[in-house]
Amino acid sequence: MKPSERTIAIRAGAVKFRVLSAGRGPALVYLHSFHDRSSWPPLLERLAERFTVHAPLHPGVRGSDGVEHLDDVVDLGLAYDELLGALRLDSTLVAGHFFGAMVAAELAALCPGRVRKLCLISPLGLWIDGKPVADVIVLPSAQLDALLWSDPESEAARSWRTWPLDEEENVAAQIEQTQRLAVMGKFVWPIPDKGLKKRLHRVTAPTLVLWGDDDRVNPDAYGQEFIHRIRRARFERLVGGHMLHLESMRAVAAAMTEFFASTRVSTARSRASRGTGSPRRTRPSG
Amino acid sequence: MKICFFHLMPYRFLPASFENEYRSVWVDPPVSLYDARRTHGLYNEFLDELEHAERCGFDGLCVNEHHQNAYGLMPSPNLMAAALTRRTSSAAIIVLGNSLALYNPPVRVAEEFAMLDVMSGGRLVAGFPVGTSMDTNFGYGVNPATLRDRYYEAHDLVMQAWTRPEVFAFNGKYTQLRYVNLWPRPLQTPHPPVWIPGGGSLETWEWTARRDYVYCYLSYFGYKRGKATMDGFWHTLGELGVDDNPYRAGFLQLVCVAPTDEEAERDYAEHVHYFYQKCLHVWEGFAEAPGYRTLRTLKAGVRAQIGDAARKIRQSLHWGQYLDQGYVIAGSPATVREQLTDCIRNLRIGHLMVLLQIGSMPKELTIQNTELFGKEVLPHLRDLWPGYTDRWWPSGAGNGSAHR
Repeated sequence: MKPSERTIAIRAGAVKFRVLSAGRGPALVYLHSFHDRSSWPPLLERLAERFTVHAPLHPGVRGSDGVEHLDDVVDLGLAYDELLGALRLDSTLVAGHFFGAMVAAELAALCPGRVRKLCLISPLGLWIDGKPVADVIVLPSAQLDALLWSDPESEAARSWRTWPLDEEENVAAQIEQTQRLAVMGKFVWPIPDKGLKKRLHRVTAPTLVLWGDDDRVNPDAYGQEFIHRIRRARFERLVGGHMLHLESMRAVAAAMTEFFASTRVSTARSRASRGTGSPRRTRPSG
Repeated sequence: MKICFFHLMPYRFLPASFENEYRSVWVDPPVSLYDARRTHGLYNEFLDELEHAERCGFDGLCVNEHHQNAYGLMPSPNLMAAALTRRTSSAAIIVLGNSLALYNPPVRVAEEFAMLDVMSGGRLVAGFPVGTSMDTNFGYGVNPATLRDRYYEAHDLVMQAWTRPEVFAFNGKYTQLRYVNLWPRPLQTPHPPVWIPGGGSLETWEWTARRDYVYCYLSYFGYKRGKATMDGFWHTLGELGVDDNPYRAGFLQLVCVAPTDEEAERDYAEHVHYFYQKCLHVWEGFAEAPGYRTLRTLKAGVRAQIGDAARKIRQSLHWGQYLDQGYVIAGSPATVREQLTDCIRNLRIGHLMVLLQIGSMPKELTIQNTELFGKEVLPHLRDLWPGYTDRWWPSGAGNGSAHR
């Protein structure tokens, strides 16, 4: 399914979001992270079978614009509130990975009414001394490759690593990557602790926190912090690395679908929060 | 022609295997490699060398600012400049400079530069670099996305603080001050000359030209590679309708003078090698944070001088290549004179800055290099730009050979 595309302007045109949408069913907003080179990865294709998926690109990334008008992560969260308002999504499902999950959590904290349910995949946004999240904005590619994936030889990892051979396209891809890291980095430089910890208690949406059992970028101690600070949150470990949404796409899609489709509000917090259960195995994935 | 003596103040005692054992000379070099007692000696040597340069006829003495590194031990160049105001009498004191975005509030820079200008009797050149990514984004944690915006705002605040006669309010995005009222103010009027060290970004060329400042290209890759950058600068000036007075430009060149070409290699090769292999050994991840360069400059394909690509080039270098590629101009006085004349003419440089203490070079050798340069080279370069006026030279400093 080829997603449809549109550009939505807010703040009198100062900030413009390019939004990709496809699917049918309840609306689900998905927010990307630093290392998403595709705007419409297979996970969204899969989710679009059950949901109407909207994937906006962060301002400054691949056709979205106006990051210079956004000063900090609260400003960015409010911009997303305005975007969802423009999309007429009043109380919606929201998910994201890492940076995108941080923004999703900010949105749910700033505007609790806007988010019906929240799924955070390895969210960024907190800081624990002694357990630093890897500095993935600046790592050279070889070192990055060793951290992002549980299996660097997986199909997802290989395809991610493949750069265009054509020189012009290759240069353009490198510029796109630098720009993508720069505009997201703006909101978390040099340490991603920008106050989310004192706002998370405002989140009212039932929340599912997903973590790869081999996440070498973001220690799962952060996952425990998120579920302790969000009232109705549950932690689930899946087999995979930091790029769980690409590497373990099927497992992530299944967990999200189950969580978002369920009308029951989970009470499994205490069991899951200890993180003692073995990760759900749904491999192979694509 | 103005010829200035530039000092980086490098840490001279890194182990021989440094570049193989540690990932970076900047940001996170282990402090176990640092010795405070020996550094006490270094600071005094370095100041001696700068003071001696004035006696050898140099027009200006240059110091600059870097953080968390063994490449240059000057987190505060203003302290060094202050020491120089008391021990020199006529040389320009060129601080290249204070990285404006690192000061909070930036009026601190206006104040300290004003103090230096008054203390020195109007000999200060005020340099305002953006600062390297290692210094600003990593050492001082400034957001790469807003670094330049902060820099421009801080510049505006400093200039207003120097020139506005009344108490004023400054409502900036990054600095808000209800009452700005500088005491002391600079001795030079309306303010000390401003030189902008840059790395070749398009915005800086345009901005420098529009503000009527001096643009300084501080490259370690010599006059042959520097030509493209300076051509870009002069081309931009032409497009903006600005004149081509060579004193609008400054350029840094590494120079080693010895009685003969052979002696130059014998005396200086290991120190030059130390500089390129150790002092410029910057981990790729620190060389340029995403967002440090503007999208426009990124698209123009300007490459950083440091980091992995540059490291690959550097690692294979030996003395002959440093010379052939123009990274270093070295040899007998005649050799150096000829090549520097080329450099000055080709790049159209009115303010030449030479680095004569290089890498691990000890004091005796630095003094030799400085004296030979002062006696055998400098006098021959003096009159290369007859007919042009240097409007960017501090009013209290000696003018050319007049002070010797």
